[in-house]
Amino acid sequence: MKQFRIELTCGTISENKHPMNFPEELKYTEEHEWIRLESDNIAVVGITEFAQGELGDIVFIEIETEGESLEANDIFGTIEAVKTVSDLFLPVSGKILEVNSQITDEPELVNSDPYGNGWLIKMEINDPADLDKLMNAQTYKESTGH
Amino acid sequence: MSVKNIPLKSLHEKIGGKMIPFAGFNMPVRYSSDIEEHMAVRESVGVFDVSHMGEFYLNGPGVLDLIQKVSANDASVLYNGKIQYSYLPNETGGVVDDLLVYRIDEDEYMLVVNASNIEKDWNHIQKYNTEGVEMINMSDELCLFAVQGPKAVDTLQKLTNIPLKNVEYYTFTKGDFAGVPNVFLSATGYTGAGGFELYVPNQHAEEVWNRIFEAGEEFDIKPIGLGARDTLRLEMGYCLYGNDITDETSPLEAGLGWVTKFTKPFVNSEKLQKEKNEGIKRKLVGLEMIDRGIPRSHYEICDEDGNQIGEITSGTMSPLMKKGIAIGYVEKAYSKPGTAIYVKVREKLLKAEVVKMPFVKAGV
Repeated sequence: MKQFRIELTCGTISENKHPMNFPEELKYTEEHEWIRLESDNIAVVGITEFAQGELGDIVFIEIETEGESLEANDIFGTIEAVKTVSDLFLPVSGKILEVNSQITDEPELVNSDPYGNGWLIKMEINDPADLDKLMNAQTYKESTGH
Repeated sequence: MSVKNIPLKSLHEKIGGKMIPFAGFNMPVRYSSDIEEHMAVRESVGVFDVSHMGEFYLNGPGVLDLIQKVSANDASVLYNGKIQYSYLPNETGGVVDDLLVYRIDEDEYMLVVNASNIEKDWNHIQKYNTEGVEMINMSDELCLFAVQGPKAVDTLQKLTNIPLKNVEYYTFTKGDFAGVPNVFLSATGYTGAGGFELYVPNQHAEEVWNRIFEAGEEFDIKPIGLGARDTLRLEMGYCLYGNDITDETSPLEAGLGWVTKFTKPFVNSEKLQKEKNEGIKRKLVGLEMIDRGIPRSHYEICDEDGNQIGEITSGTMSPLMKKGIAIGYVEKAYSKPGTAIYVKVREKLLKAEVVKMPFVKAGV
């Protein structure tokens, strides 16, 4: 009845200590992942600064899909904060090439550097045109109420 | 049902509190980081605004009889200024709520109940109030601040002449605090870190809050949200109503036998006595993860072959121990400390062990 679960929602936004960052060069999903194209069809995926703020301290990340080919919106892993468990959804279809090994021992990197050292996976995209279906920085920013 | 606001809601928002609806109230869940807030309470001092909690003031001849009837613990042993942990058994073998009983004077008591149960508790107690004991619901008039941690007393002592070191654990005193008269200073808390809980009339709440933060500045005092409140209580193995104890859970299975006194009759005492004599079938235990992973409420507890032997009711990553801890019900055969058990996390069996609680040493 009174499950202590904090859902990842765009609920009450508190006054923030610093302005939230929504890098222009990234594409965003409704599930609060970002994706950055590194070359023709190789991209890096993480969760947004907004998402890590909503989740709170990240304490555990489990991604066991390295080497697998998945469809867009498939679950590729799980991210756990102190009080919550959230699934991670693949932004576009493709193959997971690499999992950031650093975040296994230092999941807090996702909090401190969500767009940098806190990246989650590197993937090969089936069709780079799929990125056009995702949100740009401005649209995503508005969707979070900022 | 609409969500209520605690009196200092805007103050919490101003200082960065992220508000979420909890137990019918908009409550600060976190100000900066759950782990930072948790550690501030373990290592120095933090303040929780838990004004959502309910307070009933009971007064008049017959009040002790009423409490003895509805409460499983024996309130006759209380003296003025003494506090007792107890619970309200229901008629069907479960728990209406757990609560604190404060004896103010011979015929004067205060009951402190969980926010989500204020109405249910009120109606339940009234049902047994056949002798016309005066009951006043103070819940909307009082703020409750829990000032917890090893530096809590040093912080609070600056604001009162009452020698706080002399106020023993589970006792309270009433007096001037930060210039406000009649503040209840209660040596209790839900963290195991020591400190006080302060019952403050709403009109003085903001002033008192600010004065506490001025006094605690040298200790880097922090506001603490419900997130850290939950991890702190879990490290101590304290039950949370709604998770670990409910209308359906047996208080004996939940380990509340120590506050169940069959020396006097109370609601459902005969059936509970029978349950005790026959022996309980399952037991609420603490468990610590051996494999990497975080146990969460409703996850299955299994034997090594994957057969379910219980269920987790509360779990988290312990910020202090840096590993997964939980409490949950297991069949009695698996309840001994040291027993190897497994937790099913996303269809995988992760190894864990039954351990004695508290998980960490109390600071009180």
